[in-house]
Amino acid sequence: MTATTDAPATDRDAPPARSRTSLRAGGLLVGLLLLIAVAAASLAVGSKQIPLHDVWTGLFDPSGTENDAIIRSLRLPRTLIGIAAGAALGVAGAVMQTLTRNPLADPGLLGVNAGASAAVVTAISLFGVRSFGIYLWCALAGAALAAVLVNMLGGSRAATPVRLALAGTAVNAALFGYVNGLQMIDMGALDTMRHWSVGTLAGRDAGLLVKALPVLAAGALLAMLVARPLGALSLGDDSAKALGAHVGRTRVLAIAAITLLCGAATAVCGPIGFIGLMIPHAVRAFTGPDPRWMFPACAVYAPVLMLASDVVGRVVVPPSEIEVGIVTAFFGGLLFIHLVRQRKVAQL
Amino acid sequence: MTPLKNVTLARDHVRTGSGRSLRFDRRTLLVCTALALLAAVVTVLSIGTGRYALGPWDVLRTLAGNGPPGADFIVLDLRLPRALDGLLAGFAMGTAGAVFQSLSRNPLGSPDIIGFGNGASAGALVALIILDAGAPQTALGAVCGGRATAAAVYLLAWKRGVHGYRLVLVGIGASAVLGAATSFLYVRAEIGKAAQAATWMVGSLNGRGWSDVSIAVLGLVVLVPVVLLHARRLALLEMGDDTAAALGIAPGRSRLVLLAAGTGLTAMAVAAAGPIPFVALAAPQLARRLTRSAGPNLLPAAWMGAVLIAGADWATQRISGSAILPVGVVTGVTGGVYLAWLLLRERRSGRL
Repeated sequence: MTATTDAPATDRDAPPARSRTSLRAGGLLVGLLLLIAVAAASLAVGSKQIPLHDVWTGLFDPSGTENDAIIRSLRLPRTLIGIAAGAALGVAGAVMQTLTRNPLADPGLLGVNAGASAAVVTAISLFGVRSFGIYLWCALAGAALAAVLVNMLGGSRAATPVRLALAGTAVNAALFGYVNGLQMIDMGALDTMRHWSVGTLAGRDAGLLVKALPVLAAGALLAMLVARPLGALSLGDDSAKALGAHVGRTRVLAIAAITLLCGAATAVCGPIGFIGLMIPHAVRAFTGPDPRWMFPACAVYAPVLMLASDVVGRVVVPPSEIEVGIVTAFFGGLLFIHLVRQRKVAQL
Repeated sequence: MTPLKNVTLARDHVRTGSGRSLRFDRRTLLVCTALALLAAVVTVLSIGTGRYALGPWDVLRTLAGNGPPGADFIVLDLRLPRALDGLLAGFAMGTAGAVFQSLSRNPLGSPDIIGFGNGASAGALVALIILDAGAPQTALGAVCGGRATAAAVYLLAWKRGVHGYRLVLVGIGASAVLGAATSFLYVRAEIGKAAQAATWMVGSLNGRGWSDVSIAVLGLVVLVPVVLLHARRLALLEMGDDTAAALGIAPGRSRLVLLAAGTGLTAMAVAAAGPIPFVALAAPQLARRLTRSAGPNLLPAAWMGAVLIAGADWATQRISGSAILPVGVVTGVTGGVYLAWLLLRERRSGRL
């Protein structure tokens, strides 16, 4: 890394500590304001436009009108699920990029979300499971298996971005082929899964969120706990040991955090890719590479992207909607190409 | 004028008296013959499979024109075009895969990894859903989509020359964007068109008829000779542009011709059978292991592609019984597993 990067990469070329902290805090504050704005948009915009004033009364002073019903039973759960799942995917992407020292890492690209969805689809169509509690555990198991598998195929410690991306492509292809196959054989299951398997926030019940929340919270907590040692790990294993970090334990805990976050998010709203790729790149501009600031910033900015994509998907082709997973994959793919083009071959 | 005078046939070449000679490799010839026979056997078995089951002997008799009563329609009008379509598409995909892997000097540089398949299916869906086109125009849309994607990926990966891995990674990104576009069209379409569109997304031989076969034949007749005529140049290009130029070929022009032909073959195969994944990746690799010879191995790869699709189609029909499952699902799953294995091997030998 050279001193010419945009982000303050080392302490040598960084601004004085106080202005840097205020930059980071300011960034977080702006993120929170943006989040409030897109959440309001997500409550107001849709096939029926609701004025902001009615959104306010619907939330805090409901009087049983049609608008109130739409807001409280449809749009509020959808927005809350978007915030929770978005934050989970953003933080998972940040943990992944820091852990693998790989700017192209993303839970969707590296097959973790595909593992979770393959496990859920198996549970639905082969074992006839209809309870969300069991989906959740299946999704977690599938995510864990896929994470370990991709890590192994990518060459664990000797992994390079190219190897990991290809390993992810292989795992994705096999798992999505399997999911498609099961859906085609079992038409009944196809109907319940068709929209879920593209990744959507629509029609999700608030009860799902309540059940998934403890898992998401555990994952977020774990991510914050390993933030400091992960920062040390990004200097290389030897330096990390010299700085007093437990290398093996940190890796295991980081993978556990990724699994909990991605598994639960996928169980709720299906495989949504590229949020975890885009957000860490965006927030690094003001947080720098330090995970202790980057992870919380991702948790604030990722839901902004998730909700914004969802709102875009709602307004592009009225009166129907585009699933949020389609919107994020479209823009995420473009960003991915841009990132690849920016880098020299030696860095890949 | 008797060109066949003084013909000498040696172990690895034929030489005529007039100074012309044709070099061939015995093992490659054997492999090609064996694969062609295998493809024929699998095709006959696959034609016999289905709700109205026929023995291999009955299938052959029907093809010759004197089968059991009632079999004519089922074999000649329903199952033969489907089987032929698969064979020809596999042949094209195998050839195209060999061309691309040889040009990018990388087994992962095959058209399905770098997004041409997705591009072709996006083109097909645009024609089908937005322009409300019939079958031939949809196929044309697939060809245009595949070509446009190829050009875009190649230009985006260009930065003082195309490096193999950048091409692959740009292709993965392009696949994601095009996949999103395809799903968008798919979700938006009315239900009747969505069912039609589904076959363009996974790769399926269900319901393919003689019109699809004619598309495939047309593409093969035009493009395969072009590729075969450039086979020697392809082998020389593998040594690097400088060496190739020193040996008397124009690297830039040869590459352009080969790229155009390879893209055309891919797009045509997609037009005929949908984007069946991983055949173009696996066929050249498997063929190379059988022939054990260096170079692009064009014809063995082509026959291997035909065997792979015919075999996958037969397996699909055996698994699902009523042939609902598209063949792309089977090749997707086995291809993903194969790619994983390929990655492990490449890493062990330190090439990746």
